[in-house]
Amino acid sequence: MTNLDFEPFYISFKLAAFTTIILFIIALPLSWWLSQTSNRFKPVLEAFVSLPIVLPPSVLGFYILYALSYNSPFGAFMDEYFGVKMVFNFTGLVIASCFYSFPFMVQPLQSGFESLSKNMLEASYIAGKSKMTTLLHVALPNIKPALITALIITFAHTVGEFGVVLMVGGSIPGETKVASVAIYEYVEVMDYSSAHIYSAIMVLISFLVLLSVYIFNSQHSKKFKGL
Amino acid sequence: MIKLKIQKMLHGSIGQIELNVDINIKKGEFIALAGQSGSGKTTLLRILAGLESADGEIDVFGSKWLDAKKAFAPQERGIGFVFQDYALFPNMSVLQNLLFVSKDKELAEHLLELTGLTELKERFPNMLSGGQRQRVSLCRALMKRPKILLMDEPLSALDPDMRTKLQHDILKLHKEFDTTTIMVSHDPSEMYRLASRVLVLEHGKIIKDGLAKDILLKTSGSQKFTLQGELLEIKKADVIYVAIVAIGQQIVEIVLDSNEAKSFNIGQSVQVSTKAFSPSISHL
Repeated sequence: MTNLDFEPFYISFKLAAFTTIILFIIALPLSWWLSQTSNRFKPVLEAFVSLPIVLPPSVLGFYILYALSYNSPFGAFMDEYFGVKMVFNFTGLVIASCFYSFPFMVQPLQSGFESLSKNMLEASYIAGKSKMTTLLHVALPNIKPALITALIITFAHTVGEFGVVLMVGGSIPGETKVASVAIYEYVEVMDYSSAHIYSAIMVLISFLVLLSVYIFNSQHSKKFKGL
Repeated sequence: MIKLKIQKMLHGSIGQIELNVDINIKKGEFIALAGQSGSGKTTLLRILAGLESADGEIDVFGSKWLDAKKAFAPQERGIGFVFQDYALFPNMSVLQNLLFVSKDKELAEHLLELTGLTELKERFPNMLSGGQRQRVSLCRALMKRPKILLMDEPLSALDPDMRTKLQHDILKLHKEFDTTTIMVSHDPSEMYRLASRVLVLEHGKIIKDGLAKDILLKTSGSQKFTLQGELLEIKKADVIYVAIVAIGQQIVEIVLDSNEAKSFNIGQSVQVSTKAFSPSISHL
């Protein structure tokens, strides 16, 4: 118990950081587009984005595992032409986590953008500003609570994932063995004291993360009251 | 000359109406656009701004903003627009709101000076009153030195004192910047004070077009004094009846006979007129 291995936590946080950054870049234009469009295919896209919330992680994990492996055309292509293997390594974990956490980034951003005054955005267009400038200088700075929520919840949700990472990453120490998988293994070998410590750390970190989100949002809503 | 020839189907609260407007506007005119809600006033303004699509033609001083082939985006029109709800950028200070439109710091300082906002230029919109916010919005709309300034009920959310102050500001800026201004308004005194020409829109068509005094002064026949109001109550007092009518912010009593009393319904719009040959005026 004295020489507890904290590497699974390090991998969990590294995975969450990569996932959050990549998803932010992908989800920002998508959520902006979803908030502004009246395209009739919007509900189809929204339903697709939200799928990971309702699907069992095993279903998601199975499809991702298949798609990334050598058995699928995509996996074979990536291996043959780029020499990139994507299963049972960290790269595969990041790709899988991006699918798994996608709705947690898109949904807060989209509802943040939707809550913005339409006139305010139009005022920016009339001022001669492009959609991109409006997004970066007007829309994004005015949805700070939604932005913070999206970033932190995506990070926390990735730290907390289990089923998908187990299926796609396995449990290779130092490569794909994240904290949640480590706890599962401790329980399996009946090392309850280690499982207790790991679990307590997870509970504490998760609580602090959520607490900081709620504190930030309540202060921010006070500051912008009356607008 | 601004030539507007626009058609568009509107789906309003009263069903489908066709917006069909064909007008010419001279440079430097100050136009007040009046009419009941749902008559297409705001839509007309938004079409001019490029925020909504329409069929027809818009020709602004020789440049075609809209025809069968193309429509300029709002970004390409270089207009100024003042929204009823201010639409300021909350993440920017007063000065930054202006500089976001154009980096001309001298013009920004000048506009703030003209509207008495210099002291407040570092403040953020959430620390301003409604009147101050609308003045910022007005300044921001002029940062591109627009040929056309569009205002959608800019003063309707403000109290009467603040309205009067802002009306002065609007007129001052309209003259100094030599813009052609179109303002949606419901307030006759505001239209009279500001506008050189009044257009009244009903069900998507212009039904009146003329000088403010010709359109706004309510006279009928030989009656010299005509006011519009809402009938609030009819009271019986001995053998006569007394109607209580709200005219603007004022409540007045008018004597009716029994036949007249029966012919009116509570809540209806009424006209109060009198042959006042020499009405008197005095200080309050």
